[in-house]
Amino acid sequence: MSILILAEHDNSALNPATAKAVAALSSLDAPIHVLVAGHDCRSVADETATLAGVDKVLLADNPVFANGLAEPLGDVLLELAPDYSHIAAAATSFGKNVMPRVAALLDVMQVSDITKVVSDTTFERPVYAGGAVQTVEATAEKIVLTIRASAFDEAQRGGNAGVETVSFVPAAPKTTFVSREAARSEGPDLATAKIVVSGGRALGSAEQFNALLGPLAEKLGAALGASRAAVDAGYAPNDWQVGQTGKVVAPDLYIAVGISGAIQHLAGMKNSKVIVAIDKDPDAPIFSVADYGLVADIFEAVPELTKAL
Amino acid sequence: MKILVPVKRVLDANVAVRVRPDGSGVELANLKMSMNPFDEIAVEEAIKLKEAGIASEVIAVSIGPVQAADTLRSALAMGADTAILVKTDIAVEPLAVAKILKVLVERQSPDLVIMGKQAIDDDANQTAQMLSALLGWPQAMFASQVTIDGGKATVTREVDGGLETLEMPLPAVISTDLRLNTPRYASLPNVMKAKKKPLEEIEADSLGVSLAPQLKVLNTAEPPARKPGSTVGSVAELVEKLKTEARVL
Ligand SMILES: Cc1cc2nc3c(=O)[nH]c(=O)nc-3n(C[C@H](O)[C@H](O)[C@H](O)COP(=O)(O)OP(=O)(O)OC[C@H]3O[C@@H](n4cnc5c(N)ncnc54)[C@H](O)[C@@H]3O)c2cc1C
Ligand SMILES: Nc1ncnc2c1ncn2[C@@H]1O[C@H](COP(=O)(O)O)[C@@H](O)[C@H]1O
Repeated sequence: MSILILAEHDNSALNPATAKAVAALSSLDAPIHVLVAGHDCRSVADETATLAGVDKVLLADNPVFANGLAEPLGDVLLELAPDYSHIAAAATSFGKNVMPRVAALLDVMQVSDITKVVSDTTFERPVYAGGAVQTVEATAEKIVLTIRASAFDEAQRGGNAGVETVSFVPAAPKTTFVSREAARSEGPDLATAKIVVSGGRALGSAEQFNALLGPLAEKLGAALGASRAAVDAGYAPNDWQVGQTGKVVAPDLYIAVGISGAIQHLAGMKNSKVIVAIDKDPDAPIFSVADYGLVADIFEAVPELTKAL
Repeated sequence: MKILVPVKRVLDANVAVRVRPDGSGVELANLKMSMNPFDEIAVEEAIKLKEAGIASEVIAVSIGPVQAADTLRSALAMGADTAILVKTDIAVEPLAVAKILKVLVERQSPDLVIMGKQAIDDDANQTAQMLSALLGWPQAMFASQVTIDGGKATVTREVDGGLETLEMPLPAVISTDLRLNTPRYASLPNVMKAKKKPLEEIEADSLGVSLAPQLKVLNTAEPPARKPGSTVGSVAELVEKLKTEARVL
């Protein structure tokens, strides 16, 4: 038994979600190899080699991998697959895009978005927007997984794995990469921030969203998040959405501001360590998961909170 | 240009799930079932392409029990032209769904498959990627904008950290994200018309695809409950509690 994990990176730095995927599978008593496929990404391979629990880094450095297209990444994983019992990636938009291709071509089901490793074949995963948790056993010979990063701690540093080069070069994909538009991002990354301040429909406009939540987040050193309603209305960028179909976060402190708490939103934040909800409706479902609920008008309570900190 | 749109019948997004006390699954009997919300977005996108004169035919497909015919009628009422029901009482896993869809693609020869990125029951987010891999067609997942022009698709995708744009030749597989469009409501006359549109039924067993599940669900449980919280009376009390009780500030 040995494990292959696909690293996520931007050709210069490793995404922390990969370190969490490594930690998640470290409980299985098997060597872990990490594939770093990219272009001019030697530094990422070197960084990956320092993760505790990683036994070997495989470096596939070629322009065909430069933009993280699913097709060539799937092809190289498939090429390496015969040597591994488990092939995995973090369940980020990157991992979700690539891994099902590998599963399909190996003729196995993917176990998506696991939150717990029970044994080498058995895993827990949420379904129905987290309304239920399934324990599933994978019965095929090979196991393809995506791993919910927020459910696991990051692997420690201090490892010293060797880096080996992968010579396989997949055919050029039919797909061409055109452009990437980074969302505005000041402050810490939403996926890994210790504190998250999220705003909902109640914020009323992009201006008010920024004016009310910006200073609070800044004082707390927090990342900003949003409900779907706030994103749909254009108050916040798409990739700030927290929930079933957005990001899943589990910070030490999550502050929900004017968010009612639909199950699809709770799916993305209810495993936060401490949850604060501020909403004027005492019956809002968000209060059912909040450790501290404040029934108040956000336009009064939030500036007061910012000042009090 | 022909578009194939797979639509899944799922527990309605507004119904709270109840886990069976014996751990055997979730309760679905007598609860409202609907078209998977992402699939409604896929149907809407296909119909818009037809209205724009880019597509000529929209075929909706569902794999499921006889009741999935209702889901297909909803797609027809929105504006799909024809529908195919692949009948089975087994809960078919994404891999088998992808294989069935591949057979249908080979039979129908569409130029484009548009489907949901995720079914809101299994939350698997894998069928579209699998279908793309099995067909050897380019994939554009989590689309928030689609432009079809001259046998090419230009697709903007929602990814962590922003948006990404890809270009690919057709045929291709596209999966929808929430902000691609807002699905229309079917008008009453269109609901009536949909009853007369062709809906072909195929037995899933007849397609030569193994439907046997690969994942054994050992148990289905309620998510762990959070310990009950408290209401605070003021901002000052909140700050005090976060400092001294929760110790997060
Ligand atoms: C398939 C699908 C996927 C989805 N995925 C997601 C997802 O990933 N993430 C997500 O968030 N949602 C998701 N949703 C949407 C979800 O169902 C809710 O519609 C959404 O979360 C509501 O956002 P909201 O709480 O901001 O808005 P609302 O539900 O409208 O709540 C606004 C809240 O603000 C309060 N309020 C208003 N004014 C004030 C004020 N001045 N002071 C204090 N409080 C005030 C109100 O009392 C209310 O509680 C999804 C839905 C579907 C169907
Ligand atoms: N039984 C089914 N019938 C038709 N389409 C399906 C079925 N299962 C999945 N799909 C399609 O695949 C998408 C992704 O589903 P999943 O991979 O299960 O999250 C859905 O949004 C549908 O478009």
